Amino acid sequence: MESIYLGIVIAPLAAAIVAGLFGRTIGRAGAHWVTIVGVAISFALSLVVLKDIVIDGAAVFNGTVYQWAVIGDIRMEIGFLVDHLTALMITVVNFVSLAVHVYTIGYMRDDPGYQRFFSYISLFTFAMLMLVMSNNFLQLFFGWEAVGVVSYLLIGFWFKRPTAIFANLKAFLVNRVGDFGFLLGIAAIVLHTGSLDYATVFGRAELLDAESIEVLAGRQWSVLTVACICLFIGAMGKSAQVPLHVWLPDSMEGPTPISALIHAATMVTAGIFMVARMSPLFEYSEAALSVVLIIGATTAFLTGLLGIVQNDIKRVVAYSTLSQLGYMTVALGASAYAAGIFHLMTHAFFKALLFLAAGSVIIALHHEQDMRRMGGLRKYMPITYWTALIGTLALVGFPGMSGFFSKDALIEAVHASTTFGAGFAYWCVLLGVFVTALYSFRLLFLVFHGEERLDSEARAHLHESPAVVWAPLVALAVPSVFIGWFTIEPLLFGEFFADSMLVLEEHDVLHEVGEEFEGSAAFVLHAFTASAAIWLALAGAIVAWVLYLLRPELPGRIARRFAPAHRLLVNKYYFDWFNENVLAGATRGLGRLLWSVGDRTVIDGAIVNGSARGVAALSAIVRRVQSGYLYHYAFAMVIGLAALIGWLILRG
Amino acid sequence: MIDYYPAAAEIFLATAICVVLLVDVFLRDEQRMITYWLSLAALLGTAACSALFFVDEPVTTFFGSFVADAASGVLKLVAYVAVALVFVYSRDYLARRNLFKGEFFILGLFGLLGIMVMVSAHSLLTIYLGLELLSLSLYALVAFNRESATAAESAMKFFVLGAIASGTLLYGISLLYGVTGTLEIGTLAERLSGPDGMGIPALVGLAFIVVGVAFKFGAVPFHMWVPDVYQGAPTPVTLYIGSAPKIAAFALAWRVLVEGLGDAHASWQGMLIVLSILSLAIGNIVAIAQTNLKRMLAYSTISHVGFILMGFIAGSDDALSAALFYTVSYVIMAAAAFGMILLLSREGFEAEQLEDFKGLNARSPWFAFVMLMIMFSMAGVPPFIGFYAKLLVLGSLIDAGLVWFAVLGVLMAVVGAFYYLRVVWYMYFDDPLDEAPIAAPGGMRVVLSVNGLGLLVLGVFPGYLLELCMRVL
Repeated sequence: MESIYLGIVIAPLAAAIVAGLFGRTIGRAGAHWVTIVGVAISFALSLVVLKDIVIDGAAVFNGTVYQWAVIGDIRMEIGFLVDHLTALMITVVNFVSLAVHVYTIGYMRDDPGYQRFFSYISLFTFAMLMLVMSNNFLQLFFGWEAVGVVSYLLIGFWFKRPTAIFANLKAFLVNRVGDFGFLLGIAAIVLHTGSLDYATVFGRAELLDAESIEVLAGRQWSVLTVACICLFIGAMGKSAQVPLHVWLPDSMEGPTPISALIHAATMVTAGIFMVARMSPLFEYSEAALSVVLIIGATTAFLTGLLGIVQNDIKRVVAYSTLSQLGYMTVALGASAYAAGIFHLMTHAFFKALLFLAAGSVIIALHHEQDMRRMGGLRKYMPITYWTALIGTLALVGFPGMSGFFSKDALIEAVHASTTFGAGFAYWCVLLGVFVTALYSFRLLFLVFHGEERLDSEARAHLHESPAVVWAPLVALAVPSVFIGWFTIEPLLFGEFFADSMLVLEEHDVLHEVGEEFEGSAAFVLHAFTASAAIWLALAGAIVAWVLYLLRPELPGRIARRFAPAHRLLVNKYYFDWFNENVLAGATRGLGRLLWSVGDRTVIDGAIVNGSARGVAALSAIVRRVQSGYLYHYAFAMVIGLAALIGWLILRG
Repeated sequence: MIDYYPAAAEIFLATAICVVLLVDVFLRDEQRMITYWLSLAALLGTAACSALFFVDEPVTTFFGSFVADAASGVLKLVAYVAVALVFVYSRDYLARRNLFKGEFFILGLFGLLGIMVMVSAHSLLTIYLGLELLSLSLYALVAFNRESATAAESAMKFFVLGAIASGTLLYGISLLYGVTGTLEIGTLAERLSGPDGMGIPALVGLAFIVVGVAFKFGAVPFHMWVPDVYQGAPTPVTLYIGSAPKIAAFALAWRVLVEGLGDAHASWQGMLIVLSILSLAIGNIVAIAQTNLKRMLAYSTISHVGFILMGFIAGSDDALSAALFYTVSYVIMAAAAFGMILLLSREGFEAEQLEDFKGLNARSPWFAFVMLMIMFSMAGVPPFIGFYAKLLVLGSLIDAGLVWFAVLGVLMAVVGAFYYLRVVWYMYFDDPLDEAPIAAPGGMRVVLSVNGLGLLVLGVFPGYLLELCMRVL
C-alpha cells in the first residue's frame, strides 16, 4: 500500500513540475492533459485506498517513508497516517480538484498564464494531500505552509491587477498571524513531549494536561490548553475564523476555479481537518473547546449577515463560505468532530458547485461579477441554473439534500453539548440558518430570476457555457444531492471515525443525537416536527422572495431606515478599517520610528558608518608606520624582540 | 651506513637543478622553453620520488638531522604544486617582459629545495641550512629584474631585514645549544623537559627563535618587509613568495616550536597570542587603505598569518591540523590571487591596482567569477575553502578555552571582508577603465580556472583534505 500512498502525492507533484517548468514545450493542451491525468491517477488511487479502508476494513497505516533528519531526540520524517479520516479527505480533495481541473480548461481558455495556472492547482493538490496524509507535525506544517504559498500565488495570479496583489499580500499576512500561533503550538508540543509524531504526542495528552506553563507572569496554565489554543489560532487563520477571516473575501480576486478549489472546498478546511485530527488533544482541554466553540459561533453568524449586503456574486459565496466554516468550527468545539468533518465533506461539494456555477455565469457575462447587472439568466443558462439551484438548496438545508443532514445533525449536536458557550453557539447557528437562506436565495433570485438588468451587448452573446464548464457542475451536483442521505449514518453515528478521532464519553453529543436516529428518512421527517431550523430556512427563503422578487424596492428602503446597521455591514464591521489604520498604521509608525532612530541614526550612522570611518582613519594612521625606511623596519624588529624578551622575563 | 632513501626527493631535485642549470647555459634565448619544460619535469620527478618513498612512520637519517614522515611528505607535495603553479602562471608574463630567463626557474627550484630541507629538518642546524637556501634564492629572485629600481630597493630591504632575522634565529639556536648541548630536535625536547630545562637562558633563546619564526611568517611587528617586497618584486616573484614559502614557515614553527620546544608551550603561547592579535589587527586594518592590489594582498597575508598562528596557540593535535589546513588553503588561494594579476597583465601594463579590476565582469564574466571565488574564499565566506580554514582554527581556539580570542578573530575577519568584497564590488558594479581583451594563453587560463574552482570544490568537500591534515600530524 505504501507505494499507492506515495503515488497519490507524487502524481500531482510530477504533473505540476512538468506543467510548470516545461509548460512552453508541452503547450497549453499538454499542460492541461498532464495535470488532469496526474490528478486523475491520484483520485483513482485514493478511491482504491477508500475501498481498502472502508469496505475491506484494512488496518490503519501509520508509517515513515523517509527520514529527513534527526536532531537530538527529535526525528524529522515524512510519513503517512492513513485511516478513515484520511481516506475520506483525500477522496474529497481529489474529486473536487479533478472537477476544477476540467472546469479550468473552459474558464481560463483565453488566459496567457494557462500552463502556470495548471501547474499551480496541481501543486496545490499535492500540498493539500501532504497535509491530510501526514503522520507528524512537521509534515503537517509543510503542507500547511505549502497550501498557503500556492494560495498566495493563485490569489495574485493576475499579478498585473493592483487589487489582486493587495489581496494576496493580505491573505499571506493574515495567515502569517495564524501560522505563528500554529508554530507556537507545535513548539509547545515538541518542547513538552520531545516528539513530532502524532501517535506519540496523542499518547501523552493527559500528561500534557497535568503539566503547566507560565504564559503570563504568575499565571500557570495547562500546557495542553495553551498548545491547543495556539494550534487553533493556526486553524483560525487558515479556516478564516473571526478575527482572522478578513483575507477570504478579498481572495476572490483570484480566478474562480481557485475560489472553488482552495477558498471553498479544500484549503480553508485544513484548519477544520487539523482540529479534528488533533481531537485526542482538544478533548482533554475544556477551555480550548470553549474557545473553538465561541469563535466558530461568532463567525457563523456575523459573517453570514455580511453576505446579505454584498453585490459581487463571488463575494456573496465567499461570505457564505466563511459562515459555513464557522458552522464546522462550532461542531468541533462541541466535540462533534465527525459532524464537523461531515459538514466539511458535503460543503466541499455544494460550495464548489456554487462557485463553479458563479464562474459559469461570470464567463457567460464576460467577467461581469456585479449581481445588479444580472437577472433573469435562468432561461439562457438552464444547466447552470438548475445546478446552482441544487447547490443553494443543499446549502440552506432543504430536507433530504446533503447540506440538510450535515447542518441539522450539527445543530442538534450543539444543542446537546454542555461545553461552556454551547447555549450561545446554539442560537448563533440556529439564527444562522435563516441568514443563510436569506443570502442564498437573494443570490439565486438576483442572478437567475426577475427582470433582466443586463446591457444589450452582453445579452446578445449570452448562452450556456461549454461542456467542460457544465460537466463539472453536474458532477458536483450529484453528490450535493445524495451524499448526505447515504453517509450520515456511518459517518456520524457509526464507527467510521472510531480509529481517527477520540471523543470522551462526557462530550459525546453525537451519541446522544444518534440515539434518536432511525434512518435517513426518519431523520428528514423528524426535522419537520422537532427542529426550528427547517422553518427558519423556509422563512429566509420567503423573505428573500419578498424582498428581491416581489417588492424589489424594499431592500433600499430598509437600508435607508436602518442606515447605521447597514453601514456597519457594508463596512464589514470595520475589521479592515481597524487592521489597515490601527494595526498596520501603528506598525508602520513604529517601523518608521525604528528606522529613523534605530537604523539610520544608531546602526547606520554610529555603528556601521561610524566604525567604518573609525577603521579607515585608523588605517590611514597605521600605514604611516610603514615609512619605507629600512632603519625604521629594523628598529621595529628590535623593539619587538626586546618586548618579547621583556615579557618573558617579567612574567617569570 | 647512511640511509639515503628518505632524502631521495631532495637528492633528485638537487641533481635535476644542476642538469637544468647546465642545459640552460647552452640554450639560446628563443629556446628558453626547454628550461621551462625541464623545470616542470624536475618538479614532476621530485614529486614522483616523494610519492615513491612516502613513509607513514617517521624515519630519521644523516645522524638524526633529517627526518622523513607523513607530514613532511604532504607538505612537500603541496609545495611542488605551488611552485608548479608559479611557473605556469609566470611564463607568459616573463616572456612578454623579456624576463624569460633560466635564472627564474633555477632560483625557484633552489628555493623549493630549501623549503624541502626545512620541512624534513630534524636538527636546528638543518633548519637553518634550509632557511638560508630558501632566503638567498628569494633575495636574488626579488632583484631578478635588474632594470627595476623598486625591485632592487625591495630586495635590499628584504636582504638586510632577512639577515637580521637569520642572525636572531641563529643566536637563539646557539643559546639553546649552550643550555642543552644538542641541536637534534628529539634530544632537545627530551633535555628541555627535564626538571630545570626551561631556565632563563633557554627562554631567552626561545624568544629569539620566535622572532625568527615570526619574520618568516611575516607576523607583526616583524612584517615590515612584506608589503614592500610584495609590491616591489616582479609579480611572478611575489606569487612565489606569497605561496610556497608559507609552507616553510609552517614547517619552521612546527619543527622548532612544537616538536623541539613543545614543553615550553605556555611560554611561547603568550608571545604568539600577541603576534597573532597584532597581525590580525594591523593586517586587516591597513589593507583597507591600500589601492595597490599586491600591497593589499601583502597585508591580507599578514592577517592570514594571524589565523595560522591561532592553531599553534591552541596547541592540540587537532589545532595543529587546523593550522596545516589553513596553510594549505592559503597557499592555494594566494597562488590563484596572484595568478589573476598575472592573467590581467600584458605588455607594458601591470594589473596591480585595485582599479584595474573595475568592470572585469563586463570584460570576462568567467574570470570575474574566478576572482570572486578567490576573494570570497579569502574573506571566509561559505562554501569556499577559506571558510572551513577559519572555522577550524577558531573552533580549536574555543576548544582551548580562548573564546575571547576567537571572538576577536571573527571581528577581524569581518573587517577583512570589507576589502575583499570591495574587489568584488569593483568587478561587478563599476565600469571598466580598460577595455583591452585578456591576453593570457589558454594553458594558463585553464590552470587558473581549475585553481579557482578548486577553492569551491575543496570547500564543498573539505573532508578529504581535512582528514589528510588530521592523519599526518
